Amino acid sequence: MTAFRRLLTGVAPHTSWMLGILLLLLVVAPHLVDKYALSVLILILYFAYVGQAWNIMMGFAGELSLGHALYAGLGGYVAAGLFMHYGIGPWAGSFAAAAAAALAGAVVGYLGFRFSLAGVYFALLTIAFGEFTRIAFDHLDWFGGSAGLFLKVDVAPNAFDLRGGPLLFYYVILALAASAFVLSRLLLESRLGRYWLAIREDAEAAQAVGVPVLRYKLMAVTISAALTSLAGVWNAFYYNNLFPETAFGIGRSIEITLAPIIGGLGTLFGPVVGAVVLTGLGEAFTSVGDMLGIPGIKQIFYGLALLVIVMYRPAGLWPWLAERLGVTERRR
Amino acid sequence: MPRGVLPWNDPIVTPDFLLALAQAVTKGLLTGMVYGLMALGLSVIFGVMRVVNFAHGEMMIVGMYLAWAGFEYFQISPLVSLPLIALLFFAIGYVLQRGLISPFIGRPEHQQFLLLLGVALILVNLCLAVVGPDSHGVQLDSQFDSYEIGPLVLDAVRLHAAVGAIVIAGLLWLFFTHTRIGKSIRAAADNHMGALVVGLNVRRLYAITFGVGAACVGAAGALMITIIPVTPSLAAEYTLLAFVIVIVGGLGSMTGALMGGLLIGVSEAVAGLLADPSLKSMFSFGLLILVLLLRPQGLFGKRGA
Repeated sequence: MTAFRRLLTGVAPHTSWMLGILLLLLVVAPHLVDKYALSVLILILYFAYVGQAWNIMMGFAGELSLGHALYAGLGGYVAAGLFMHYGIGPWAGSFAAAAAAALAGAVVGYLGFRFSLAGVYFALLTIAFGEFTRIAFDHLDWFGGSAGLFLKVDVAPNAFDLRGGPLLFYYVILALAASAFVLSRLLLESRLGRYWLAIREDAEAAQAVGVPVLRYKLMAVTISAALTSLAGVWNAFYYNNLFPETAFGIGRSIEITLAPIIGGLGTLFGPVVGAVVLTGLGEAFTSVGDMLGIPGIKQIFYGLALLVIVMYRPAGLWPWLAERLGVTERRR
Repeated sequence: MPRGVLPWNDPIVTPDFLLALAQAVTKGLLTGMVYGLMALGLSVIFGVMRVVNFAHGEMMIVGMYLAWAGFEYFQISPLVSLPLIALLFFAIGYVLQRGLISPFIGRPEHQQFLLLLGVALILVNLCLAVVGPDSHGVQLDSQFDSYEIGPLVLDAVRLHAAVGAIVIAGLLWLFFTHTRIGKSIRAAADNHMGALVVGLNVRRLYAITFGVGAACVGAAGALMITIIPVTPSLAAEYTLLAFVIVIVGGLGSMTGALMGGLLIGVSEAVAGLLADPSLKSMFSFGLLILVLLLRPQGLFGKRGA
């Protein structure tokens, strides 16, 4: 109950109402829109969710990770491997996935922070671990190696094993995204969250006033990694296949970071707004690209959009949008 | 010596194996020189401006494509078009720095990252849109020539590329040590405020630096196309490779970038000989992790540099 009260403290009544209506709309949306729109909504929610997870590490604790594919990939592979080899369903498998990713996050984080790598150097360390794992998985036969791991699709739909159509996956990712949003808010309002912000702004000062910096940074990485792994599990079961090339690739890591950076680092709505804008742009550019029939044209537009956004709204779209809408969510 | 056969499967290390090893090491050293030149561009840019060029591999393949196009359509050898490509890259780098990157100097890393990611996406997909996804290489007349040093056989193209890389690296060294502009750039890198105080035009120096870094990678691209055919998918690989090399050698250190290039070139060639070729970059990334943790200034960098 205290958690619930804390969740709502300082939130204007009309904001809570708006959020409630938005959630309600998202719950009924699949029954109002067509198949294509549903697939776009699923993508948006997926990016909002992983963005939220990544934002905990970068937006709150200030550690730039460009290797989050490591955690998503591990999550997907662990859950899919358990399901394939032992028939353990993804719900139970998620715990193993989250544990594996949290452990990996703790190792990367401990090494990076213990040896005080900061900024670009830390980011490169996260890339290196991701790439290292990618190549390792190319050679792990238990996980299918470079030929990939394929989940059985010829089974009866059953939510228990996360086998089913887009609708099932929509509600799962909606639940994840909503929970991550709430969790982020709770974390931010907690002592832990305040410590993170202190560390992000000035780690030395935080250390000097007695904040155990290493421990709290590690908590940020492990929580972020565990949450990201769930997106990996969801991804694996949604697409029914896993390849080291894509699951651990640098491209996956980069796409995880885009929504929160574009939307606004360290804000709650940033990853959501970023996910909407980027997915929307991506879909629009895809149809333009299909119309023109030139390969790569979609990505050229996408690159231009990134340039324009980072040049004119370097702090992200949400802080600017919030000001226009008269809502206050300051960057914390 | 077939690939993928581990030496310890054999009862003894045979002379044949040693020769193959020596051959692989030489090949790696030659390719490594070109890698080194590519990484040099990244290192110069970072060392002076503290901007991480996430579009480095993409610039590399643009250089490769230009050299390929010159050969394919105008029958100009990449070694001849190299100075032109370097000049063009200098101009592009200069303008890019002036117009796009300059405001981002000193900004948080994630913003620089996003900016250059945008540039990278545009460059690689322009290549894809113009040339398509197929791989393109050049067939020089000297393709099958070779030099023999004792029992060692050196590919002519690889040797020429390596010599080209050494010459360009030498010119760069002369530029940074013997010209007024080069010395000013180093001064600005050492002490930004001091450079402003003594009246150096730091903005212009930065633009020249980015131009020089871009020229390096453009030249490296022109050399590389003589060794390896180009595809758009190489871009991301080269960006990562350049990072590995400069970190291992020491960011901001010229010798470091070249030595790092040699080290990675040799390790790739030897890994290709001894083990599964796909494991070659695993070694590079393992090395990167170790160097980051144990010697973040790089194997050849100075502490605090």
